[in-house]
Amino acid sequence: MKLIIKGGRVLDPACGRDETADLYVLDGVISEPFAADEDTRVVDAAGKLVVPGLLDMHVHLREPGYEAKETIATGTAAAARGGFTGVACMPNTKPVADNRAVVEFILRRAAECGRVTVYPVGAVTKGSRGLEMAELADMREAGAAAFSDDGQPVMDAGVMRRAMQYCKMLDAVIISHCEDKTLAADGVMHEGCYSTLLGLKGIPAAAEEVMVARDIILAAETGCPLHIAHISTAGAVALVREAKRRGVPVTAEATPHHFTLTDGAVAEYNTAAKVNPPLRGEADVQAVREGLADGTIDVIATDHAPHTFDEKNVEFDLAPFGLVGLETAVGLVWTELVHTGILTPMEAVAKLSLNPARILRVRRGTLAEGEAADITVIDPGLEETVDPRRFASKGRNTPFAGRRLRGLPVLTVVAGEIRYERKE
Amino acid sequence: MFKRKDLLGLQDLTAAEITVLLDTAVPMKDVITRPIKKVPTLRGRTVVNLFYENSTRTRSSFELAAKYLSADSINISSSSSSVTKGESLYDTARTLQALGADVIILRHPMAGAPHLVARAVQCAVINAGDGAHEHPTQALLDLFTVRERRGTISGLRVVIVGDILHSRVARSDIWGFTKLGAEVRVCGPPTLIPSGLEEAGVEVYYHMEEALAGADVIIMLRVQQERQRQGMFPGLREYARLYGLNRERLALAGKDALVMHPGPLNRGVEISADVADGRHSVIEEQVTNGVAVRMALLYLLAGGGAQHEADN
Repeated sequence: MKLIIKGGRVLDPACGRDETADLYVLDGVISEPFAADEDTRVVDAAGKLVVPGLLDMHVHLREPGYEAKETIATGTAAAARGGFTGVACMPNTKPVADNRAVVEFILRRAAECGRVTVYPVGAVTKGSRGLEMAELADMREAGAAAFSDDGQPVMDAGVMRRAMQYCKMLDAVIISHCEDKTLAADGVMHEGCYSTLLGLKGIPAAAEEVMVARDIILAAETGCPLHIAHISTAGAVALVREAKRRGVPVTAEATPHHFTLTDGAVAEYNTAAKVNPPLRGEADVQAVREGLADGTIDVIATDHAPHTFDEKNVEFDLAPFGLVGLETAVGLVWTELVHTGILTPMEAVAKLSLNPARILRVRRGTLAEGEAADITVIDPGLEETVDPRRFASKGRNTPFAGRRLRGLPVLTVVAGEIRYERKE
Repeated sequence: MFKRKDLLGLQDLTAAEITVLLDTAVPMKDVITRPIKKVPTLRGRTVVNLFYENSTRTRSSFELAAKYLSADSINISSSSSSVTKGESLYDTARTLQALGADVIILRHPMAGAPHLVARAVQCAVINAGDGAHEHPTQALLDLFTVRERRGTISGLRVVIVGDILHSRVARSDIWGFTKLGAEVRVCGPPTLIPSGLEEAGVEVYYHMEEALAGADVIIMLRVQQERQRQGMFPGLREYARLYGLNRERLALAGKDALVMHPGPLNRGVEISADVADGRHSVIEEQVTNGVAVRMALLYLLAGGGAQHEADN
């Protein structure tokens, strides 16, 4: 298929390109200009942004094992609808993706029914139990892009240190869900004024910060690249900023919900706002925004975590953590960060494409000629009210229902194929 | 007037609404001091006590309140119900509504459970205690007791002592007393004081002697032995030394200070026997008044108020 995306503002953070231009796609790659024939699809992108395909490096596709929540088919359809051409999926499936067989299963299902490219993340430890290292090299060979015990922090510092030492030979990053279980205990929301008023058990900011500090120390010592998942507190942002200044190989991501919402969203026991790490206080939200603006936080990722309606329609303490994010991410980035001047469009695009691609060591995130034609077109002026009933994801668990967003994806192209096109 | 569907907590109520509830409880107290404690006000109404936690005091109080008003009441406890068969709270609530409940009174170990039920059903929902969130009828009976004794709430100094962190009584009392113009102090070890409490408009004390100075009302909370096992404080002995109310400490408070306790008492731990049974103690009155405020609440929520207006 031939594709020409005409007249858009082309942003390529890999080379700083920012110009109005036509983009040509031939045989799945970005090509030099060619003349349109009857087989050529021409898309008018005037007034829109043409950017490298967005890559969400923190997604839960739930398959295998939790297909009632999401499948690889529905999760990747949601990704395409959200403007993402690739997703890295976390290993907390059933069974856990802690061996080659599960990694290969995910890749095969993605090839069969995926709408976007899937980059499996393997577990750091067997069963994500935090005790014994999983077969990291075998999974890396099978196609695991990175390693993480997401959702289950590696509490044993000795295990984490050895995994980081081991990972150095694999040229792969360890993604750390930083949460000290002894401090988080059975907390269900951020510890602060709201948890006190609601009578809910709090998760202190220290639970995250203690672990961020530990993992930074281990990354500095071992030299293993460390990526801090869903950073949410002011203290954690400060730790990463300071570590980067010292040259520690650490990167970090923030989610749209953590740069948009505070713990006030939990009022009335709204289980759609129950997420881990929890929505934090106002000062934390500001710190995350500052971290995004000054480059401390490299990546915006969603931590898309679908659950069924019934699972969330229970007592707050019993509801599972997590919210869906794939189909609201671009709207929130543009509404909350770009239109407010916190990030330039180029910076936002880098955090959604080039930076996660570099951290995952995948050759994506650029529009240079000859590269894979993963392209997202964003209409920065297009407005929409979030309506979960229209989600492609099986998960409707979003705290953003009814929110007005401006700046939405209108076209998603994966390896030259149109995987989502917004119909007016 | 009182025009709400549910009573989930005192945080949501205005001072005027709280006052209506307290005023309505006055004639209800008359009813229960008569030889024949029964009025036909809620005849034909159905009240369900849905209790997911053990409770003798609160459940009996609600049950009697319903009976004195001639409502039909049934009790469902978690051990005997579909709960043990794994039915969700949402489904249980919908079932009770389908059975014809006019009021569901819910006691639940998890904060926010009454909110879930209130969203699920059209009938009235009363929070009879949810986790560490609120216990609004306990606070109403505390307010009623203090108002009856002192004539007013406004301007009083109220000190709540003990495990504030896990206490739904403390939270409801904080809302009730501050909304009606009292000064509220809380006192306990830092590990049992929740964060950000000052933002609710209370003063935090760690030393009982300082907290009690000039107190008009002292509310002692029950300390749970389980919290010691969780490492929240070193032990009952040290706790009693630091936060037990005894005669010497009581002398630091105002000379007409009222001593209250939501029960059941740990005599010799948070309160000494002589103080619990002494002239400052209004602990038994609290129990009686609890029935009166629960009658008032049932009357106002179960359509009694609307009926009353129609009669006029």
